[in-house]
Amino acid sequence: MNLTIARITARALFGRRRFLMLLLFPVLLIGIAVLARSLGATVDNWGPPVIVALGIAIMLPVVALIVGTGVLGSEIDDGTIAHILAKPLPRSEIILSKLYVAITVTAVTTGVPLFITGLIGGSTSLAVGLLVGAVVGSIAYSALFMLLSLLTRVPVLIGLAYILIWESLLGRLLSGTSVLSIQQYVLTVAERISHSDFLTTRVSLPVAVAMTFIFAVGATLLAIDRLRSFSVVGETT
Amino acid sequence: MTMTDTGPTSPAPSTMDNGSTVVLRSVSKWYGNVVAVNDITMSLGPGVTGLLGPNGAGKTTVLHMMAGFLAPSKGELTVLGQPAWRNPSIYSGLGIISERESVHGFLTGWEFVLASAKLHRLKDPEAAARRAIELVEMSDAQNRKLSTYSKGMRQRTRVAAALVHDPLVLLLDEPFNGMDPRQRMHMMSLLHTMGAQGRTVLFSSHILEEVEQVSGTVQVIVAGRLAASGDYRTIRRLMTNRPHVFTIRSSDDRRLAVALIGDPSVAGVEIDPTAGLTLKARDYGSFTRALPKIARAQGIRIQQLLPTDESLESVFSYLVAS
Repeated sequence: MNLTIARITARALFGRRRFLMLLLFPVLLIGIAVLARSLGATVDNWGPPVIVALGIAIMLPVVALIVGTGVLGSEIDDGTIAHILAKPLPRSEIILSKLYVAITVTAVTTGVPLFITGLIGGSTSLAVGLLVGAVVGSIAYSALFMLLSLLTRVPVLIGLAYILIWESLLGRLLSGTSVLSIQQYVLTVAERISHSDFLTTRVSLPVAVAMTFIFAVGATLLAIDRLRSFSVVGETT
Repeated sequence: MTMTDTGPTSPAPSTMDNGSTVVLRSVSKWYGNVVAVNDITMSLGPGVTGLLGPNGAGKTTVLHMMAGFLAPSKGELTVLGQPAWRNPSIYSGLGIISERESVHGFLTGWEFVLASAKLHRLKDPEAAARRAIELVEMSDAQNRKLSTYSKGMRQRTRVAAALVHDPLVLLLDEPFNGMDPRQRMHMMSLLHTMGAQGRTVLFSSHILEEVEQVSGTVQVIVAGRLAASGDYRTIRRLMTNRPHVFTIRSSDDRRLAVALIGDPSVAGVEIDPTAGLTLKARDYGSFTRALPKIARAQGIRIQQLLPTDESLESVFSYLVAS
């Protein structure tokens, strides 16, 4: 981990308006949960639409997408990546530092509101399950989306396609897609810790853990290799 | 001011060819069917070298390949005896200032240069950053954010960040862009000093006069090829002694045409009743000295004298042809 890179990356991230807009998600999540509870609904009623559909299926991956593509992709877009590339640093150090920032920011931004929502649901185990699930999801999503920012010029578009088409649409229609769905790993981890009835799972815990590891390590190694061969193209040739 | 030894150990010069620090052997770069750089062989040693060529000639591509930012499609390219591509260790001895002047605007000048020193893992990054900022005369504004700097100030701060580790080789892409005359003079003097200290300094430019003032050696690139290479004066002579085309308006075009065609400096004359004379001179110097004498002797008044092919592109095209 390189603290200089991590600090600059974090400052760049927090300075972007797009990131600040993401803070609306946690406010919305907690607000709806408080409202549902005050109206007397049980967590088994409001949990699926609020915690699963909004918190896990939308907030977590979208925050991870904006942050994961932002830590490296924004520097690629504006050319500031050249300052870091022109240093005698192992490319693994650059990738791991940026990944560290992406995972931490995503895990805090999504894990804390999910934890609070779990408490509003009246269960500490649900809160802990959701927090751990958010951390697991932050690791896998961040590695995947950071890799996307090195593979394509439209990482946000492709990331959204993964979230909305692969995980949400195809995930409902074809059960086979679950094994490559980070959302399913998050649900499995959260369910195994909380034993909540409204959290339905499609993959086993060993599969969820193993696939999270494969996503995280595989995407990170690929990202390091891509950065080693990264071409900086000038405005003129 | 001189740079001190806060930088990390640079790669051993013993691995280089005849003192050359940057060596290109038959280097080409293509994108699909488009050839950006075509079979360039050159070697650079200590001192300042200008990389001259019109816009789009391939200067940035060559510099980016030297900087390890692009892989050559063919050929071999080494910096300080090591391949530049996929080899971050070269940056211990290499400083780069790219043309794209993107910086993190939220950092102050001091933070930006200090971050560069830290990323180079210098023993005393604060001292190195302070020296580099003093060198480019940016100490007074070092606590302001980069987003508040003028283009020239940003450029100087980028130079400080590129010099902070005291590199043996410095690559600069169009470094004078956006600088006012004073900043330009300062940058030129800085490059001179760096070259005199035994560093290899390569800077690109599409402006002949910039190269003339800074460097004794030039590499001229036209359409991706190395068109000329060597001493600036020799290349300048090649450029000025080429045929030049002028349009002339005078009080008596026909009589002037007759008088001029007899002069050895003139290769041909055409008369156009509306546009005046179009004249092809064998070389610039002889013709511009002969014209006033001939006109005075004939009692003809010159109303207009316009060089018509002074674009750099035509100058470079001539170099390629010759």
